[in-house]
Amino acid sequence: MKILSALLIGAVFGIGIAISGMANPAKVLNFFDIAGTWDPSLIFVMGGALVVAAIGYRGVFGTRDKPLFEPQYNVPSSRVIDARLVGGSSLFGIGWGIAGFCPGGAIPALGLGYTETFVFVAAMVTGIVIARTLGNLTFKTANA
Amino acid sequence: MATEFTPWMSLLGGVLIGLAATLLMALHGRIAGMTGILTGVIPPVAEDSVWRIAFLIGAIAAPAVFVSFGGTIDFAVPVSTAALVIGGLIVGVGVFFGSGCTSGHGVCGMARVSPRSIAATIVFMATTFITVFVTRHLVGT
Repeated sequence: MKILSALLIGAVFGIGIAISGMANPAKVLNFFDIAGTWDPSLIFVMGGALVVAAIGYRGVFGTRDKPLFEPQYNVPSSRVIDARLVGGSSLFGIGWGIAGFCPGGAIPALGLGYTETFVFVAAMVTGIVIARTLGNLTFKTANA
Repeated sequence: MATEFTPWMSLLGGVLIGLAATLLMALHGRIAGMTGILTGVIPPVAEDSVWRIAFLIGAIAAPAVFVSFGGTIDFAVPVSTAALVIGGLIVGVGVFFGSGCTSGHGVCGMARVSPRSIAATIVFMATTFITVFVTRHLVGT
């Protein structure tokens, strides 16, 4: 039941991404190209998702002490804005601007079967592995 | 390459993304952030990799099913293979250290008014705007 639920929620997410245009690098890059072929569609994606999630979360946290399938909510509690967060996010934006794919757009786009998406995802996963290795190294050094 | 302005389909897609985020919290108690979900299935995998794999399969299969039933999803990549590889590597490193991406910070984190997510979203939106301006209008590709 838990697995089927995650599968179906993933499907809702994936179809939302696909029809919204977030899985289409041409559309994503045009959103950021105000000085050129600007396509403001993605404001509606972010706006729609944000409003529904904000109301949805309020409803969930306000009425339920715990999620249906788990003993507790698993939500990040840190509030610290550090160099790691800002530096990582800066890099993410640079990569997003170069390739036109973000992780949430690229994974559902795999289902469309285009080679370009597989190339991007392979590189992105490699990037995550490199970062995790580097992160562990620096962490160990800092605590040595 | 111009793309068609699609406010209604984009809004509908956004609403579905928000709905998925709400359901994942209500049922599984999890943030619908692609970075976090994906990182947990890259070896060494997280202990709770099963729901992650199920979510990812659903997210990949749904657009495939939609297209196989005659739906159309516009798709075009206006950048080179080298840009996909370099951009992909940078995105991977960035989202790992930044602890999230558009879905995790931009939607879920902003929705729960997390200061970290608000900061992250402002930063990555800004650097993406700057990068696209530089690559499209200054470098002259």
